[in-house]
Amino acid sequence: MRKDLIRSALAVVVFTVLLGLAYPLVMTGIAQVAFPGKADGSLITTGGRVTGSRLLARDVKDSPRYFHPRPSATGYSPSVTSFANRGPNQRATMMLTRQHLDAYIKAEKPYDPGLIPARVPIDAATFSASGVDPGISRANAGIQARRVAAVRHLPLARVRRLISENTAGRGLGVFGEPGVNTTTLNHALDQVAR
Amino acid sequence: MAQGILQIALFCALVVATAPLLGGYMARVYRDERVFLTPVLAPVERTLYRALRVDPDREQDWKGYAKSLLVFSALFVVLLFVILRTQSIHPFNPGGFRSGPWDLSFSTAASFVTNTNWQFYGGETTLSYFSQMAGLAVQNFISAAVGIAVLVALMRGIVARQGDGSLGNFYKDITRITLYVLVPLAIVATVILVATGVVQTLAGTAAGGIARGPVASQEAIKLIGTNGGGFFNVNSAYPFENPSALSNLVEMYIMLIVSASLPFAYGRMVGSRRQGWTIFGVMFALFIVSVAVVYAAEQHGTPAAHAAGVVGANLEGKEQRFGIASSSLFTAITTVESSGAVNAAFESLTGLGGLVPMADLGASESVFGGVGSGLYMMLLFVLLAVFIGGLMVGRTPEYLGKKLEPRDIKLVVIGALFTALIVLVFTALAVGTKYGAPSTAASGPQGFSENFYAYLSQANNNGSAWAGYTGFLQPDAPGNAGAHGITFADVMGGFAMLFGRFVPMLAVLAVAGSLAVKKVSPIGLGTLRTDTPTFGFLLVGVIVLIGALTFLPAFLLGPVVQSLTTSLF
Repeated sequence: MRKDLIRSALAVVVFTVLLGLAYPLVMTGIAQVAFPGKADGSLITTGGRVTGSRLLARDVKDSPRYFHPRPSATGYSPSVTSFANRGPNQRATMMLTRQHLDAYIKAEKPYDPGLIPARVPIDAATFSASGVDPGISRANAGIQARRVAAVRHLPLARVRRLISENTAGRGLGVFGEPGVNTTTLNHALDQVAR
Repeated sequence: MAQGILQIALFCALVVATAPLLGGYMARVYRDERVFLTPVLAPVERTLYRALRVDPDREQDWKGYAKSLLVFSALFVVLLFVILRTQSIHPFNPGGFRSGPWDLSFSTAASFVTNTNWQFYGGETTLSYFSQMAGLAVQNFISAAVGIAVLVALMRGIVARQGDGSLGNFYKDITRITLYVLVPLAIVATVILVATGVVQTLAGTAAGGIARGPVASQEAIKLIGTNGGGFFNVNSAYPFENPSALSNLVEMYIMLIVSASLPFAYGRMVGSRRQGWTIFGVMFALFIVSVAVVYAAEQHGTPAAHAAGVVGANLEGKEQRFGIASSSLFTAITTVESSGAVNAAFESLTGLGGLVPMADLGASESVFGGVGSGLYMMLLFVLLAVFIGGLMVGRTPEYLGKKLEPRDIKLVVIGALFTALIVLVFTALAVGTKYGAPSTAASGPQGFSENFYAYLSQANNNGSAWAGYTGFLQPDAPGNAGAHGITFADVMGGFAMLFGRFVPMLAVLAVAGSLAVKKVSPIGLGTLRTDTPTFGFLLVGVIVLIGALTFLPAFLLGPVVQSLTTSLF
């Protein structure tokens, strides 16, 4: 028993130093040298100031000049994350989904008169998992393109080209779903037309 | 739909093609043979033995092995608890976070030492980088190594020929598993993950409140060791942990590959690759059923979405870049395994889709399961199937030439059923008394599912959550100021995890010790063969039957009600 206690105590110390300090610190060093931008969070800087990350959605839902990311249960917080936790048979889920739907139709219908609930893409009416999902479906981006083009006085074809430039395909061409990155798309829009 | 099936099929093909290779490598490591990393790692290994004052040639019987394991794990629980309670004096604490409440720290310490990684807290708002690295990531390695060590001891007991009862040296096994298997895989995976965009920095929160940290190094071992505890609260759904469909593929692969390779390592160690393929085949078949059901279920919208007037698949609580197929696949992998990492919200799955994680957990994490723990649970079921098969043909049951006696079967039954007992008793306490109510968010069958899943997940050391069940309240986030735990949920959960981990482990080691001293009898005409498809079917039957008999009433009260009704609660 005493031998076990001594050996285990030594093991606890040795493994904590090796796996808890040496391993993460060495990996941080390698990551910072090999992939500095990615390891720091794929940050977007405007005029030398960090304004966001290419991987995280930003809260732009009140501005008609931007593509809107999916609904967020956390107010698009990059510091406090949680799931929406809306169950399949909860009355609250139905109410919230209806709110997303109504808000989307209210924002887009003036520029797309034929928009009815059945045509609203599912990603536009549901909470993302992370609350900061920057991706939206191509169909969703296609509908929002009309509004953004009209408000910014840009040709629709130009906006559509920006959409396809900011669309990530499937992983290795097969895995996952294609998604339009609203954060990089909005950033590109601001570069084109201020 | 066809595209989604292609994704799933390609992923499965990748696993089936590569698992035998890693299995072969691991068998060599566990048999103390030379591998391609030996020239680099052997000096490190020798240094570690000297530092730990371990004589690697001294073997232990099952009692000695179990005693070392328990002392070792107990000290790590104490260390982790102390680390979590002393956050205010930590280095690498750029957010200046204070310690969490004692009951939450107990829950977290029990959770990570048992390979569960059940999390009542959100990492980015409560933990210093030091706690994440020196506390949690260490356990991600160590708890995985302990699980594999117990499996290796059982395998040695099964193949032992000389019969002196020795199962190996615990400290040597932990050292070799960590050094030759877990660390090399974690280093490679970390670099790949950073290349796909996972964050790895010590620089603290970026401007605009963007929480960061040493994520990739932890993400790698969290998945390789089937731990599953996220750096961020939303786990592998968060873009900094899982930025793209490609990173998601990498994460699914490293999460499954060690557990999927172990049956092949087993086949080599017992000297019959067919034994390994039979067990892998059973696991794989049950896994495919899980994927198929959850993928088919998530193609349809939920009753709530229909009532709201939305048309389409169930994308609620899922990320656009993963879509239905990659979310369903991840969900099935993480619950047949005891990983518990999630890339979508389980609470938002459809009723039938939500039944899949529960049914997977109901199989006691024997289908792939945790690294090591999955295969030793499966081997308990194998022994049970041999026993039942033996009764049917009217012969003394024997497995690989070793006769199973009443004491062995008693131990097997304790190991196979003890976690189920914890789940049912603890769930009954949570829903039957007033103490579970403060933890429960939803009403109706969803609320029952939250309670049931919490104990199902914790006792089986999975760690995924129907996230509506909470044991921690944080009114003035972040940094733990003003936060308090819900003592009932934290303490009950902590004990569910500890008992659910160590009672089956002790039963397994006792079985290993008993098998190790048995004589091997030659295979005769009447021997029930355990490397045939027939035995595979029998094994599936035993697993499904035990899971169903134990949990069917509870499934009916939760997800089955939800999948049969369109009414809202």
